[in-house]
Amino acid sequence: MALSDNERMVLTEKTNQIRQSIIEMLVEAGSGHTAGPLGMTDVFTLLYFHILRHDPARPDWPDRDRVILSNGHICPVQYATMAHAGYFPVEELKTLRKLHSRLQGHPHREYLPGIEVSSGPLGSGFAQAIGMAIAERIDNGRGSQKYFYAFTGDGELDCGIIWEAAMLAGRERLQNLIAIVDRNDIQIDGFTHDIMPLEPLKAKWEAFNWHVQEVDGHNFDALEEALGQAKSVNDKPSIIIAHTIPGKGVPEFERDYRWHGKPPNKEEAERALKALRSLGGKVTSEHE
Amino acid sequence: MLQKDTNQDLFLPTVEQVPLRAGFGEGLVEAGRADERTVGLCADLTESTKMDAFRKEFPQRYVQIGVAEQNLAAVASGMAAMGKIPFISSYAMFSPGRNWEQIRTTICYNDRPVKIVGSHAGVSVGPDGGTHQAIEDMAIMRVIPRMVVVAPCDSIEAKKATLALARTTNPTYLRLAREKTPIMTTPETPFEIGKAYEMWRGENPKVAIIGCGPVLHNALTAARVLEQAGISSVVVNCHTIKPLDEAAIVSVAKEAGAVLTVEEHQVAGGLGSAVAELLARTHPTPIEFVGVQDAFGQSGKPEELIEYYGIGATHIADMAKKAAARKN
Repeated sequence: MALSDNERMVLTEKTNQIRQSIIEMLVEAGSGHTAGPLGMTDVFTLLYFHILRHDPARPDWPDRDRVILSNGHICPVQYATMAHAGYFPVEELKTLRKLHSRLQGHPHREYLPGIEVSSGPLGSGFAQAIGMAIAERIDNGRGSQKYFYAFTGDGELDCGIIWEAAMLAGRERLQNLIAIVDRNDIQIDGFTHDIMPLEPLKAKWEAFNWHVQEVDGHNFDALEEALGQAKSVNDKPSIIIAHTIPGKGVPEFERDYRWHGKPPNKEEAERALKALRSLGGKVTSEHE
Repeated sequence: MLQKDTNQDLFLPTVEQVPLRAGFGEGLVEAGRADERTVGLCADLTESTKMDAFRKEFPQRYVQIGVAEQNLAAVASGMAAMGKIPFISSYAMFSPGRNWEQIRTTICYNDRPVKIVGSHAGVSVGPDGGTHQAIEDMAIMRVIPRMVVVAPCDSIEAKKATLALARTTNPTYLRLAREKTPIMTTPETPFEIGKAYEMWRGENPKVAIIGCGPVLHNALTAARVLEQAGISSVVVNCHTIKPLDEAAIVSVAKEAGAVLTVEEHQVAGGLGSAVAELLARTHPTPIEFVGVQDAFGQSGKPEELIEYYGIGATHIADMAKKAAARKN
């Protein structure tokens, strides 16, 4: 179902709040990843506020859709989105990466309700999502309406286990599995095309018997349509290659791979928050 | 003398010989019947690891993963996240050998009740050679928090262990071997995870031999040889390497005053290390270690390899004397 103007406006406002939270939590933590979380904010906002069948008050609701973050290092975006969706107080975001925090540097399912699998070492979350979808099919057959959303990064696609799991999911025709690749073209050491070229990426996934779509990861309408189409595919797993801008929303961070794995310092964070609050200079008032 | 629950025919040349993996195969089918949450996953070794009977009876609960052991572990973790009790089988060299990090993170760190079954452990794999002889597996499993590690001594015990592990909520590692090995226990021998028991006991033992796996047969043979030479011993089957039966081990160490550990594994990191860590902390005791001495395996007949790597009965008897001689 297409988004109304009002829904689009509400989502846009949410993404701005979530991006501000990401900056605030990273500067407080003093370490962590900046580019990926900002780049994936639009996708996460759409998912948690419009697509997902979930209940923040009942994170263990058995019939919920499952979100599996295989690229665990972008967890600030999941934490911030979950907080804004009502899973836990927004104030708690400031505890990121601190001793005894529920917000571990890479997500741990036992610490925070709503996290499905502990992840971080790349590739394994993706394979766990496939195991979950297989188990669901054993229990509820192909008619299951439960969806498994597996997030992965493009650098993560270097991992062999991704392709082991992709082959299995293709053979099993896991129709309720929807993978989303953060195609932001960067990884720690540089641009993906310099480190380990992935193209033709669409053809690779098609060869593994997946339904593949490529979309602009910052366009709610395109994303919403792609997710709808992914759900309607009933004989294959689906993957959405979401083209994103790393560091999206903060011009100073955008498209610069050096922001993959470091947080902003205080001054950089102030400038980033100013850019977000003024919508990139479009609004002059800094009042929220 | 042999304890009452031990197979009294075990020293006979006609003793029944069955591979451990056969007991696992039978146990898995029973576990599948007992609990429909039980699922089996295999990495292209279904017949060899004896998961084939389970596949036949429960085809809808069996997943062929292909030669992809990292995926094997992580997919099983995902299935456990949805309430399944997955058994994953391969050769020990590849699972838990190749997929250690996936086992650590997706299974143990996640606290999922995945049951890792590593067949073809030890140098007794034979002609396939060192690439296929897992002799580090207990060390790398024992070190991971939450993991339970069990190395049964014969096929009967492997079946009991399979059923017991299926009922635990822990991640577990079950160590199996390829070759037919002597039946040393009986269906009546009690089996409890974490509970060691004596298979041989002489009067006023001078050395306690603590072992696990099929090489306990060599340890029992050594005990009989020692007895004839006037050296009394006690042989403990310590099938659970983690959690260790601390009370039983400390008790025999105190009684005998000297300890020998026996395992078909590197002497570093396995049963011997676990016993040494315990005794160093609680009751320092002279201790010697039988096992592979920081070397790789090679091709050969299983019995030749067991002898070459010093895990045969004669060497065990010599090492037991050495341990006993170190007492004050």
